[in-house]
Amino acid sequence: MALIELRNITKTYFLGEMDVPVLKGISLDIEKGDYVALMGASGSGKSTLMNILGCLDRQTGGDYFFEGEELGRASGDHRARVRNKKIGFVFQSFNLLPRTSALENVIMPLSYTAGDLSRKECRERGLAALDRVGLSDRVGHYPSQLSGGQQQRVAIARALINQPPVLFADEPTGNLDSHTSIEVMKMFDELSAQGITVILVTHSMEIAEYARRVVRISDGEIQEDYLNKREVKI
Amino acid sequence: MKMLNNTSTMMTNLLLVVALISLIVGGVGIMNIMLVSVTERTREIGLRMAVGARSRDILKQFLIESIVLCLVGGFTGIILGHGAALLVESQLNWPIESSPGAVVAAVVVSAAVGVVFGFYPAWKASKLDPIEALRYE
Repeated sequence: MALIELRNITKTYFLGEMDVPVLKGISLDIEKGDYVALMGASGSGKSTLMNILGCLDRQTGGDYFFEGEELGRASGDHRARVRNKKIGFVFQSFNLLPRTSALENVIMPLSYTAGDLSRKECRERGLAALDRVGLSDRVGHYPSQLSGGQQQRVAIARALINQPPVLFADEPTGNLDSHTSIEVMKMFDELSAQGITVILVTHSMEIAEYARRVVRISDGEIQEDYLNKREVKI
Repeated sequence: MKMLNNTSTMMTNLLLVVALISLIVGGVGIMNIMLVSVTERTREIGLRMAVGARSRDILKQFLIESIVLCLVGGFTGIILGHGAALLVESQLNWPIESSPGAVVAAVVVSAAVGVVFGFYPAWKASKLDPIEALRYE
């Protein structure tokens, strides 16, 4: 059983009279521990696909299985719970809360985790997550006091706080310079090596090179699905 | 005596109506500021939903914020009112007596204003679509 299975997923936006099909029947398996790059030009549907894979959006047709469970038609509360426990998100624009310290940003998702942890436990887990991304010396800093790369690492720590099996990153280096991009991509490499399933969404070939598997989307359909050669070299 | 009583009741009622109108006006102000807050924090709401907040968690958060805002207003009002009474006492030598009932009523009413006028903005926040909220500029 794959971690995530898509069976003939379609997504259509109904804009007034016009139907805009964005995904036209996508079937895709993502195994546990895989390191996948979803590639495609803007408007190809790759972000929509990521939103459906990440349980953020619902498909119009087809089935979406997460750990063997159909979630596309599950209740909103159940999907929120899955996102909280099983899925980590990293965004292009970091999406940290301003006027909130790095540590508080990292432990924010814990306030939605059932089975309440004490403040002390939250703090300890937050510190451990920040340590994992190499930011234990920036715990009390505000996002405005951190560099772009550090902000993105705080966002990664936040995504990891509930030890999810899968991490989604939507253009994680889109707002970073090339040097910091490498730093952040190495972070994903490490996490992948630790057994976390990593799914990157990118339009850049350089970023996709980091992944083990590349899925190329074009016009709402999978155009190519291949393993990177780089993996063989290493 | 009867007429005096009548006049007194009328004055009390009149004051009550004025207070009620102020409460409605104040409440609309609260609703307005909460709607602005929801709009300004659309991305934050999207993010919270993405990391696992349910609709009701968002509703709760904004409702609590609006209640806290109203309670701060309520307590400020109590302090100002008491201060004014003390001023009258010291300047005019009128005896004053604080009524605990009125203080409790002020707290309860301000919390109620927070719930009533904060509900619509909070409900609006809880109904946002996480994807659109995250994309919001």
